[in-house]
Amino acid sequence: MVMTTPFHPRLAELNTTQLWSHWSGYLSATQYDIAVKHEYFGVRNAVGCFDASPLYKYAITGRDAERYLGGLLARDIRTCRPGRAQYTIWCDSDGYVLEDGVVFRHSANDFLLTAAEPNLSFLRSQIGSLEVSVDDVSADHAMLVVQGPRSRAVLSALAPETAELSYFGHTQSKIAGAEVTISRTGFTGDLGYEVRIPAAEALAVFDAVWAAGEPHQMRPFGDQALNVLRIEAGLPLIGAEFTSSRYSFNEHDRFTPDELGLGWLLKGIDDPSRPFAGRRSILAERAGGASRWATVGVSVDWRAYDELYYSAGLIPPKEDTPAAWETMLYDESGGRAGYATSYTYSPMMQTHVGIARVRPELAAVGTPVHIEQTVDHVYTTSPGEVVKMPFFSPERKTSMS
Amino acid sequence: MTDSNSYDAIVVGGGHNGLVNGAYLAKAGLKTLILEQRHLVGGAAITEELHPGFSFTTFSYALSLIRPEVIRELELVKFGFNPIYMPTVFAPMENGDYLLLGPDRDENIREIMRHSPQDADAMDRYDHDVTRVLQLLRPLFDRVPPNIFGKSPEDAEDVAWLLGHLGSAEQKVIHDAVRLITGSIADFLDDYFESDIIKGYLAASSTTGTKVGPMSAGSGLVSLMMAMGEHDGHLGSWSFHKGGNGGFTQLLATAAEAFGAEIRLESPVDHVLTADGRAVGVVLTDGTEFHADTVVSALDPRQTFTKLVDPRELPGELVDSIDRFQFKGTSAKVNFALDGAPTYPALAGRTDQYRGFISIAPSIEYLERAYDAAKYGWYSDRPYLDCSLQSFLDPDMAPPGKHVMSCFVQYAPYHLKGSDWDTERTNLGDTVQRNLEAFFPGFSDLVLHREVVTPLDIERVVGLSEGNIYAGDFLAPQMYFFRPAPGWAQYRTPIEGYYQCGSGTHPGGCVMGAPGRLASQQILKDKAAAT
Repeated sequence: MVMTTPFHPRLAELNTTQLWSHWSGYLSATQYDIAVKHEYFGVRNAVGCFDASPLYKYAITGRDAERYLGGLLARDIRTCRPGRAQYTIWCDSDGYVLEDGVVFRHSANDFLLTAAEPNLSFLRSQIGSLEVSVDDVSADHAMLVVQGPRSRAVLSALAPETAELSYFGHTQSKIAGAEVTISRTGFTGDLGYEVRIPAAEALAVFDAVWAAGEPHQMRPFGDQALNVLRIEAGLPLIGAEFTSSRYSFNEHDRFTPDELGLGWLLKGIDDPSRPFAGRRSILAERAGGASRWATVGVSVDWRAYDELYYSAGLIPPKEDTPAAWETMLYDESGGRAGYATSYTYSPMMQTHVGIARVRPELAAVGTPVHIEQTVDHVYTTSPGEVVKMPFFSPERKTSMS
Repeated sequence: MTDSNSYDAIVVGGGHNGLVNGAYLAKAGLKTLILEQRHLVGGAAITEELHPGFSFTTFSYALSLIRPEVIRELELVKFGFNPIYMPTVFAPMENGDYLLLGPDRDENIREIMRHSPQDADAMDRYDHDVTRVLQLLRPLFDRVPPNIFGKSPEDAEDVAWLLGHLGSAEQKVIHDAVRLITGSIADFLDDYFESDIIKGYLAASSTTGTKVGPMSAGSGLVSLMMAMGEHDGHLGSWSFHKGGNGGFTQLLATAAEAFGAEIRLESPVDHVLTADGRAVGVVLTDGTEFHADTVVSALDPRQTFTKLVDPRELPGELVDSIDRFQFKGTSAKVNFALDGAPTYPALAGRTDQYRGFISIAPSIEYLERAYDAAKYGWYSDRPYLDCSLQSFLDPDMAPPGKHVMSCFVQYAPYHLKGSDWDTERTNLGDTVQRNLEAFFPGFSDLVLHREVVTPLDIERVVGLSEGNIYAGDFLAPQMYFFRPAPGWAQYRTPIEGYYQCGSGTHPGGCVMGAPGRLASQQILKDKAAAT
């Protein structure tokens, strides 16, 4: 039986469409409004809120917590000071990505790791002889995501500490009497925050945030709007860009951090003082130039795309619904260039964009690619090119004012 | 003459078409100067803080018809193009009921059935038929009109293209197009709908900015022009650009400057300098001269042909055509700063109906009666109002919790019989406010500030003749290869090097950018041919 999150009583009222999907066993709004794009623009121009409570959350504590995470996570946790958070990944011993998540450091020995999938037995299996404990605290916390240019104004009105948070910083605060953790994190590529709230006090905090948000035109947004937002932000989604290598049947379903465009997380990999899982394999991959793929952004030549439809007497579809399947890419000679793992019309970019894997020699910005689609029920392609990712990255995302 | 006052091209007028034109010319490598008479660019597409904390779209108030080519070719995305989708249309009714439509087809059908079960499937048929006509006309918006009077091989080629294009369409589509272009929207809608509120809502746009009523021949044409726009490929959808249309024209200015154009504000042009029948520059009202062998007027045809140059330098037939060109401005704006959201009694406690346009046009009869006043030289006692509370979409338009409301008012004829606009300005504002109060009880208590913009104000401030928002009425004899005059619809003028790029040229007004773009193509083509 599907469960509901602590915010559900309020969200059920706000969801005028009554469209829900299931996310990690919880009801999650597909869209609240008849216009997904209205939710989308709410985040890009005002402020939106999203219920991320279904995320798994693990408390990692103990004397050896840092050493434990240092060996587990591919990104160097030692560079994460208390009050900071990191987007991170963890790999198998062959250097393939298992999963990603965000780790929050509360103090020297107190961390919280979020993940999209359950990981408790795996995380515990990696403890060995270290003095550390890993506990699933998923149900203890509700998570309210507040994103958009007005998010700072909304949360600062309730918790003035918010205004001081730098990108990926977090702080303890009080909203409506509840002890909350506010972090400057999110999945939209915009200015935004996530508020972690004790589950029992979720509704009181929600009501306070909603009341503070109303004069700023705050509106809730659902899975569909989030998906467009995160593609524009170039952020990978498990289940779209990759699945855990643990469950791959063959080499086509597992990817290294470099192949996923996450090599930037591996800063300091040459430092032998931190032997994390997969490190030697990744070093070997790099030494041998063995990456099979490069992750890039692709963008469609809008004129050619439009003309493809116009010449057939059709209207070019520009739906804000990301493709539910992979989109094939071809090179100039019609050979396989790779495939887009996420692909959508982007209102901010005014054309279709995709997060794609291409052969490494095709990764340079400006490289032409041909993007497969159907017109009149026949396969054809639109020309496009490799572009810089993220597609949309406003200054406010990371700036302090 | 100093080098610093010499340019390859000078654009007179920093409205959106002047900016678009200048941006294209600069992008093509021309040393381009854009001259604007006011302290800000944008022409009628500006946003002003007329009350502390409240930003008003004083004149033009929404974006839809901007050609996709302009967005992409001028790389506006890079400069911050941000068209916020307006998802709803809310049409209040005199009996307290309403029509509320959104992007969900099936919800719309149920809403329509509330008013008329008979009309349940009419909207799909109507939309489809109109869309087919728009598809037919769309390529015409992105091309220089053919010179059907020309004798050159190029003219013959253009005419052949047009005939081929029209010839490839289905009979029904051509017939519908002709019915709309020459007929009334009332007759056209009667073929589909029976419900007054649905017909009122659909007919309203057919009157926008032009001196026609919904029962007049020609109202179908205006309706088509209004439907020509799109938001992300959705035909007929509207958006509100971040920061209003002033936000949009500031973006155009940024783009133009990034491509190398120079913009000079507070530089009103007195006239175009000519020598031996060709343009050689312009002189400002303060006597400053700028020189260029290409001068482009972004002003309306009356200014372009009778103010900036001496009509005696032009062929008599063209001067006659321009004298006959109709500018009968019939629109006004009343903009409000509000202390909060208005209440619509049937939707008390709700504000989701305010995310798009509020269309006060409950029936065709209501609209036609509103038009009756204009026919006899007066403004409507119960006008068609096209309103939007833009701060619901872009909270930066007003302080938190407060709102700006833009109200487009039709009809308010430029020429009043027995009075003048300086006398009637306050009365017009009161009339609009009284009408809003009737639909939204308590509205007046919310008003913190009111800005009334009459057709005379539009003419005085922006320079549009007779306050005509399209720089010339949308009437069949003033469109396409007749806009602004037979034989002069290809952006050139009889004065060599002197071009026109304003909304008085094809395809016309609204924040479309097509005239500016197409004129730049013609200029660059002529330049290339000359070298």
